[in-house]
Amino acid sequence: MALLQITEPGLSTAPHEHRLAAGIDLGTTNSLVATVRSGSATVLPDRDGVQLLPSVVRYLPDGAHLVGAEASARAVSDPLNTISSVKRFMGRGVEDIERLGSSLPYAFVAGASGMPLIHTAAGDRSPVQVSADILSVLRQRVEATLGGELTGVVITVPAYFDDAQRQATKDAGRLAGLKVLRLLNEPTAAAVAYGLDHSAGGTVVIYDLGGGTFDVSILRLNQGVFEVLATAGNTALGGDDMDRLIAGWIMQQAGVSDAVGHSLQRRLLQAARRIKETLTETGTGAVPVSLELEDGRTWEGELDRPQMNELIDPLIRKTLAPCRRTLRDAGIAVDEVDEVVMVGGSTRVPRVRELVTEFFSRELLVDIDPDKVVAIGAAIQADILAGNKPEDEMLLLDVIPLSLGIETMGGLSEKIIPRNTTIPVARAQEFTTFKDGQTAMALHVLQGERELVDDCRSLARFELRGIPPMTAGAARIRVTFQVDADGLLGVTAEEQTSGIRAHIEVRPSYGLTDNEIETMLRDSMEHSREDMDARRLREVQVEADRVLEALQAAVQEDGDRFLDAQERAAIDQAAQALSTASGGEDHRAIKKAIEAVEAASAAYVEHRMNANIQKAMAGHSVDEFKR
Amino acid sequence: MAITLTEAAAERVLKFLDQRGKGIGLRLGVRTSGCSGMAYVLEFVDEKDDSDMVFEDHGVRVIIDPKSMVYLDGTELDFAKDGLNEGFRFNNPNVKDECGCGESFNV
Repeated sequence: MALLQITEPGLSTAPHEHRLAAGIDLGTTNSLVATVRSGSATVLPDRDGVQLLPSVVRYLPDGAHLVGAEASARAVSDPLNTISSVKRFMGRGVEDIERLGSSLPYAFVAGASGMPLIHTAAGDRSPVQVSADILSVLRQRVEATLGGELTGVVITVPAYFDDAQRQATKDAGRLAGLKVLRLLNEPTAAAVAYGLDHSAGGTVVIYDLGGGTFDVSILRLNQGVFEVLATAGNTALGGDDMDRLIAGWIMQQAGVSDAVGHSLQRRLLQAARRIKETLTETGTGAVPVSLELEDGRTWEGELDRPQMNELIDPLIRKTLAPCRRTLRDAGIAVDEVDEVVMVGGSTRVPRVRELVTEFFSRELLVDIDPDKVVAIGAAIQADILAGNKPEDEMLLLDVIPLSLGIETMGGLSEKIIPRNTTIPVARAQEFTTFKDGQTAMALHVLQGERELVDDCRSLARFELRGIPPMTAGAARIRVTFQVDADGLLGVTAEEQTSGIRAHIEVRPSYGLTDNEIETMLRDSMEHSREDMDARRLREVQVEADRVLEALQAAVQEDGDRFLDAQERAAIDQAAQALSTASGGEDHRAIKKAIEAVEAASAAYVEHRMNANIQKAMAGHSVDEFKR
Repeated sequence: MAITLTEAAAERVLKFLDQRGKGIGLRLGVRTSGCSGMAYVLEFVDEKDDSDMVFEDHGVRVIIDPKSMVYLDGTELDFAKDGLNEGFRFNNPNVKDECGCGESFNV
C-alpha cells in the first residue's frame, strides 16, 4: 500500500507520477539531502538514523568503494585511499593543489590535460568522480525514502564558485544519475530555509563558515524577491584549517617535525578536530590530548578554550575582511544590515559567533541547525522547480559568476559586465574602428577574469557589417550586453551615426564539453602577474602595428618625394627591426624598436609636416599668419 | 457517514499545517485516473467550497466534496512508516481491489 503525502491545493499528482525532488548540500566535510514532504522540508536520515553523510570516499583494491562514516573510520589506517574534502579540488588545476602542499595526504597525479587525479588503490579518480560517488549514496537514500525515482535535484554551491567549479559539480550530479534542476547558491538557500522570503524586506548577511570554504553574501529581500547584492569569501578557508592550526600546535608542543607520515598526520587532524568539537560544546576546562608518535613515544597535553581561541583567532579575523568587502561592494553600512544568518558547522564554534556578533553588532540567526540550513533551502527550491507549488512562489535573482567582456585589439579582453553583477542587467560601452575606411567589425564575446582573450572562455563571435567608411576612430559603435533573469546573454552592436546593428544571443553557462572544462580549469587559476605582463606586451604590440601601418601608408604616399635611398634604407631597416621585435615576447625590446623607428623617421616626418604646412599656407601672405 | 483520522495521522497533519503557516484543514478526495480506476487526493485546504462537507476529528478539519464522499465514507486516514519511507494511508472499506502499489483503486 502506497504512502501518500499532502500536496498543495489542486496539485495532487496522478498515481506513479509523483514529482519527487530533493535538495542536496554537497559539502566539503559533510553532505546532506533534504526533501519537502507534506509541505515541510526535512533532512533525510540513512537506515541508522544518521543525517550527515561525511563527504569521504574510500577506494578498495578490488575497485569497490565505501562512502561516509564507513570510509572515514579507516582514514587513519588507509590515508592514501581515503579521500575527504574533495570539494576543494572541484574544478581546480594541478598547480592549485600543489600550493596546498604537504597538508594533503593524497597522491595526486596530473591527468592528460591539467585535470588532477587522485591515485587510489582502485585506480585514478578525478574529484568529479569522487563527488559523484558521494551523490550516488544520497540518491539511493532519497529514492529508498520516497519510494520512487527522483524528478530532479537542486545542488548547492558556494556563491562564488566559478564556471569550471559549477560545471564540475553539475557533471558529478550527472555522473551519479541525477537530473540537476539547478545549482543554487548556498547563501540563497540559507535565506530560503529561514523563510526570509516571507518577511517584508530588508538586508541579510549570510555568514557561511563550513569545513573547507568561507562565504559571505549580502542579499536584499524585497516583496519576497531575493537579490544577491554582493558575495565574497575564500574557497580555501574553513573548519579544516582550524583543525590544521590545532594540529600544528600539537606538533609544536610534541616536538614533531613537519615531515610526519600520512598516518600520524591523519591522527593529528582527528585529535585536533575532537579537541575543537569538545571545546565548542563544553566551554570551560581543558581537554586532554594523548597521541602516539612515530618514534613510539606518547605525547600528552591539554588545551583549553582561551588557548584555542588564541590559535584560531587569526583565522576567524581573516573572515572579517571579506565581510567588510561585501558591505562595501553592496554599498551597505553595517547598521543597515537587518539579519545575519549563520551557516556551516564551524559557526558553532563560540569564538566565531563572538567575533561575528561584534563585527555586525547584532544578534545572529542560529535557530536552524547550521549544518542543515542549506540543504533545507535547496529542498524547498527543488520542490518548486519540480512543479509542486502553485506558481513560482519566488524569483531568485542571482549574480553572474564570471565577468563578461569583449575582445579588443591585440587579443585583450575588455570587461563590460564585471563578475558579481546582479542579473538582470544591461551595460553598454562604446568602441571605434582601428583602420581608416573600416566597414566591418568582428565582435568576440568572452567570459572570464583573465586579461588575454586566449585565457578567457569564448562564448560567441559575430560581425557588424555596413559601417560607413570613416577615418580610424571616428565611428561610434555602441556594444550593449544584456543578461536576463535566466542568465541568457544578448549582445547588440550598433553604429551610432548610421544606426546599423547586429545582435547575438548566448547562454554563458550552457553545456561545456569535457575539453572546455579542462581549459576552464587552467583559466580559472590566478595568474594576475603573468596577465599584467601579457597585457603590457599586447598593448605595445598593438602600438607597434599602428606605427608600422602609419609609416607604410606615409611612405607609399610620398616616400619617393622626401626620402633618398640612404634615408629610405635606414627607415626600412628600423621598421624591419620593429616588425621582428613585435613578433617576440619582450615588451621592452618592442618599445625600443618603436623609439628607433620614430628616431629614424624623425627627419622624414618633419619634412612631411613642413610640406603639409607649406601646402596649407600656399597662396597666403606671411602677414596673414602674423595676425 | 464519517471520516476519521488515527491519532498519529492527526498529529502529523496538525504539524504540517503549522509548518506551512496557513490553511484551514485537509482535503480528502478521489478522482478518476491511474492504473486501476480511482486515485486519492490529499491536499491542504486554503478555501473550502460551499458544497464541501466538513468533519472534525482529533482537532483536524477534514474537508471532502460530496462526490468523493461516496467513495470514501468510513475511511480512516492513518500515518505509517515503511522502512525509510513514511506517509499517509487510506484505510478505505469501500475498496474492492487496488493496483499493485495501492495508489489507485476500484470500488
